[in-house]
Amino acid sequence: MTGYDEERLAALLRLLPPAPDGWVRAAQELPQARAEISTLVARAGEDAAYRARLVADLEAALETEGIEAKPSIVAALRASLDAD
Amino acid sequence: MTGVATDAQLVARCRAGDQAAWNELVERFSRYVFAICTQAFRLPQSDAEDVFQEVFARVYQHLDRLRSDDAIRPWIAQLTRRLCIDRLRAGGREGPAEADDLEPAEIDATLEGLDDALTVRAGLEAIGQPCSEILDRFFGRDESYKTIGETLGMPAGTIASRISRCLGKLRAELEGRN
Repeated sequence: MTGYDEERLAALLRLLPPAPDGWVRAAQELPQARAEISTLVARAGEDAAYRARLVADLEAALETEGIEAKPSIVAALRASLDAD
Repeated sequence: MTGVATDAQLVARCRAGDQAAWNELVERFSRYVFAICTQAFRLPQSDAEDVFQEVFARVYQHLDRLRSDDAIRPWIAQLTRRLCIDRLRAGGREGPAEADDLEPAEIDATLEGLDDALTVRAGLEAIGQPCSEILDRFFGRDESYKTIGETLGMPAGTIASRISRCLGKLRAELEGRN
């Protein structure tokens, strides 16, 4: 990319407004959440019936375990199960 | 130029379990992912949030599979693009269709613009404070001179000239990279 006049710089700076704080925080908390998730994934690996329940309704399974089903947690759990 | 970590350095630290590096990586790419979801694909907020979290979950999950640490940026872009298409397809708003049919017509131009914008943001990180914050507050967060002045403890009357000087500094930083 060339031609960094002030007008172009201003336009490019405006193109990337911040993501909502809560989204960013949730994504940053992923490593911590993964510790909880890995327990569930390990259990799912040993118990097929539990895995089926988990896959059928991730949100409900998390709530049953006392873990808030935030989108970040659900997404991380889904990614872990897909990779498992 | 300050000691801003490169993408590759950040990825390496994340892979070693450094929470601060992960926070920084999310911060660095959060606007980019958000913009792809909401500007390029025009997803509604709830869908955009799901895709946003899914992107970072997969990045965290698969960091060790990244062929080159420098490749994090195109990887995130591609991943976000694919997940946005999946979301549109799953939503059934468009019915079953090929990926090309689900993508907005101007998608490549939009993504190119967002990529340029991310390059400029990297330059913004490099020029340091207070310029990076002044420019981000004015252009990125649409704050007034008054708000910026009050927040940063600067006379509001000096903000316009500071913005001009900081844009010059940013321009020099970016042109020095080419």
